[in-house]
Amino acid sequence: MNLNRFREISRYPSAIVGLVIILILVGISIYTVIALPYSETVVKWRGGDRIWQDNPRTVPPAWVNYFRSEKLPESIILSSSDEGVEKERTPLNDELTDIVITFEFDYTADEFPQEIILSFTSTYEQKSPYISLTWKTPDGREINVGDFSIDRTASRRLSQDDKLTKKLDGQTAEIGLFADPNSEELKPLKGTYQLEVAGLTFEPESDFDVKMVIYGKVYGLAGTDHLRRDLLLGLMWGTPVALAFGLIAAVATSVLTMIIAATGSWFGGWVDGLIQRITEINLMLPVLPILIMVGVFYSRSLWLILGVIILLSIFGASIKSYRAIFMQERESGYIQAAQSYGAGNFRIVFLYLIPRIIPILIPSLVVLIPSFVFLEASLAVLGLGDPLLPTWGKIIDDARTNGALLRGLYYWVLEPSVLLMLTGFSFAMLGFALDRIFNPRLRGM
Amino acid sequence: MSTDLQTPAPAATQSQNDDILLSVKDLHVWFELKKWGFSHVGWVRAVDNVNFDLKRSEAIAIVGESGCGKSSLMKTLLLLNRPREGQVIFEGKDISRLKGKELKWYRSQVGYVQQDPYGALPPFMPVHRILDEPLVINGVKDKRERQRRIRTALEEVALTPVEDVLNKYPHMLSGGQQQRVVIARAMILEPKLLVADEPVSMLDASVRVEILRLLRKLQEEHNLSVMYITHDLSTVRFFSERIFVMYAGKLVEQTHIEGLLDNPLHPYTVALLTGTSEPDAANARKLKEVPPGEPPSLVNPPAGCRFHPRCAHAIAGVCDVDEPPDFEPVPGHVVKCWLYKEGRTSYPEA
Repeated sequence: MNLNRFREISRYPSAIVGLVIILILVGISIYTVIALPYSETVVKWRGGDRIWQDNPRTVPPAWVNYFRSEKLPESIILSSSDEGVEKERTPLNDELTDIVITFEFDYTADEFPQEIILSFTSTYEQKSPYISLTWKTPDGREINVGDFSIDRTASRRLSQDDKLTKKLDGQTAEIGLFADPNSEELKPLKGTYQLEVAGLTFEPESDFDVKMVIYGKVYGLAGTDHLRRDLLLGLMWGTPVALAFGLIAAVATSVLTMIIAATGSWFGGWVDGLIQRITEINLMLPVLPILIMVGVFYSRSLWLILGVIILLSIFGASIKSYRAIFMQERESGYIQAAQSYGAGNFRIVFLYLIPRIIPILIPSLVVLIPSFVFLEASLAVLGLGDPLLPTWGKIIDDARTNGALLRGLYYWVLEPSVLLMLTGFSFAMLGFALDRIFNPRLRGM
Repeated sequence: MSTDLQTPAPAATQSQNDDILLSVKDLHVWFELKKWGFSHVGWVRAVDNVNFDLKRSEAIAIVGESGCGKSSLMKTLLLLNRPREGQVIFEGKDISRLKGKELKWYRSQVGYVQQDPYGALPPFMPVHRILDEPLVINGVKDKRERQRRIRTALEEVALTPVEDVLNKYPHMLSGGQQQRVVIARAMILEPKLLVADEPVSMLDASVRVEILRLLRKLQEEHNLSVMYITHDLSTVRFFSERIFVMYAGKLVEQTHIEGLLDNPLHPYTVALLTGTSEPDAANARKLKEVPPGEPPSLVNPPAGCRFHPRCAHAIAGVCDVDEPPDFEPVPGHVVKCWLYKEGRTSYPEA
């Protein structure tokens, strides 16, 4: 093999673009695998609301604000156990203690937040602390949000508090608490808000902490899904999975197909006949239904599906075209010369026959990679995605089952789709250029 | 094959025939014709009952038209085909019974120069690798030793400076250079026999003479035996001492080169010689007589002499019934033709 041929890539700008995208994808994959370990990711992705409870539900990525005139709010998370949050303890007597927690934050977005949730943790023996919540708006209004005693752990969804809604003239908390009373339109008042949590504990050792989450309408680099999961994690893990899947499937099928075709055409006779018959039968087998059956009845593990795909693709149509080339080559002079100086069957197949079709193999292998990536995505969309690993296809599947497009959550479908398309595009660009480099006769066509 | 032929010749016979390198006895190379891939239909008798001896450092030429079986004969000698019957004995050993080390040894003793030099060289290997392959396969383990032998081989075929050629791929070389690489590869294992299958027929006329001279030189320097296979009588004279004429799988005439050119005996040989063009302007207007008809089918060869349907001298009732045996009308000149039964010593004038 002449390595100089690879240097010719620099003459094809499209190939360079493709190569750069591939390198970026590979870089992301390496980073992902190192920075976000597999075991952690699997746990996180399955984790449910516990792990992701501070994330807003199905919101687009934060950078959409750059393209909007009306800015969407980001989440505001404040906790009394954090630094920078005021917590005053004033003991009143042996038993009673007055605790005042003040959350202060600026609100600058043009839209209302998604939801407000307060969660409490308290320590006490018998008597639970009693608290009173006061909401202070930038224009000086004070709204009593509620007075109640709190259990050891408790959370309160202000948006679902009917009493509060009544108090706010029928508006739910995330709107009523932020709305500008002087504006004709319903829009939030910008400025510094305060939530004062004034509490009374009835035991000397008793204490409580409060966490306030004002869920925004944008999140992170990739947004979130219906389970509040950060899509970035899924998209990033999807990259190494997709590349590994495509690469392993493409390399394994091409190389094995090539070896089988070479062996069959070299030995001829019943070996060749058997391979041809297996190929013909295999070509008639419906791949997708078989994969669906494997997924439904046996296992949906990505690597098992990969194995089945490889097994079904080995005896593919390319055996026929490779065989046509090999049948021609086996009669050629240099093969006969090799036999005459004593080259064995193994040597002839691997060192004389196979190198002849490597120029055809390399470009087709590169173009084959994305087709397997797409196949994996299609399987995931059909609900046969790996149960543990996040993949691009599974994200699309989640979006589909949750009606993302109907609900206008385009980011959810577009992000994995763009990554899939980029992958296909980059490998196709590189593959076409390699085809022209390795098979110069095609250049004029 | 009968059993007594398989047993190695006794030592006495061997010393007697010590100058014989290769002996072809009663060789039949038949290919089976099958219908539907299994049912037997017939045989293609590519080589039928061929006998000859090849002495050490002797060059013989086998001439015949395309499809006469000369390539099948050659491939049998190279063990690319298996004979159906008969033996090829090389230095006292029956080559079709060789196995393992002995087989490897035999393969290293026979060099092969092909017709189409470009096809004979793997296009994806540079020259040094092409020449390295036979050495690696035949167990030359020391890399420096292999490099030395590659250089020597290239120098011997006058591909100098060697450095210029070593890293080139076959397509970067001219036809003549390619054929030199092929010859270097055939010579690199220091064989005793060189089988050259029309080594110059694909080359430019200007290069032919050089390649033939090179083969001649190698033959003399290394005491090589050469089997030169061609359909072109004009190049035969260049270095062959003996010449065999082959027709439809049979050797119809065996003689020394002068004997053949001066006194061709077999009607087919006469036709071949008439067909050979001399560069003479007068020839442009002359229509040559060519034997009528086509070479016979090798599946169903004609009974008797295989040439009789095309032969002007065919004797009815003889030539089309009985196969002619070897006659030796002139000492050292063997011919398979009924014309020489009665002691005739030259071809009858028409």
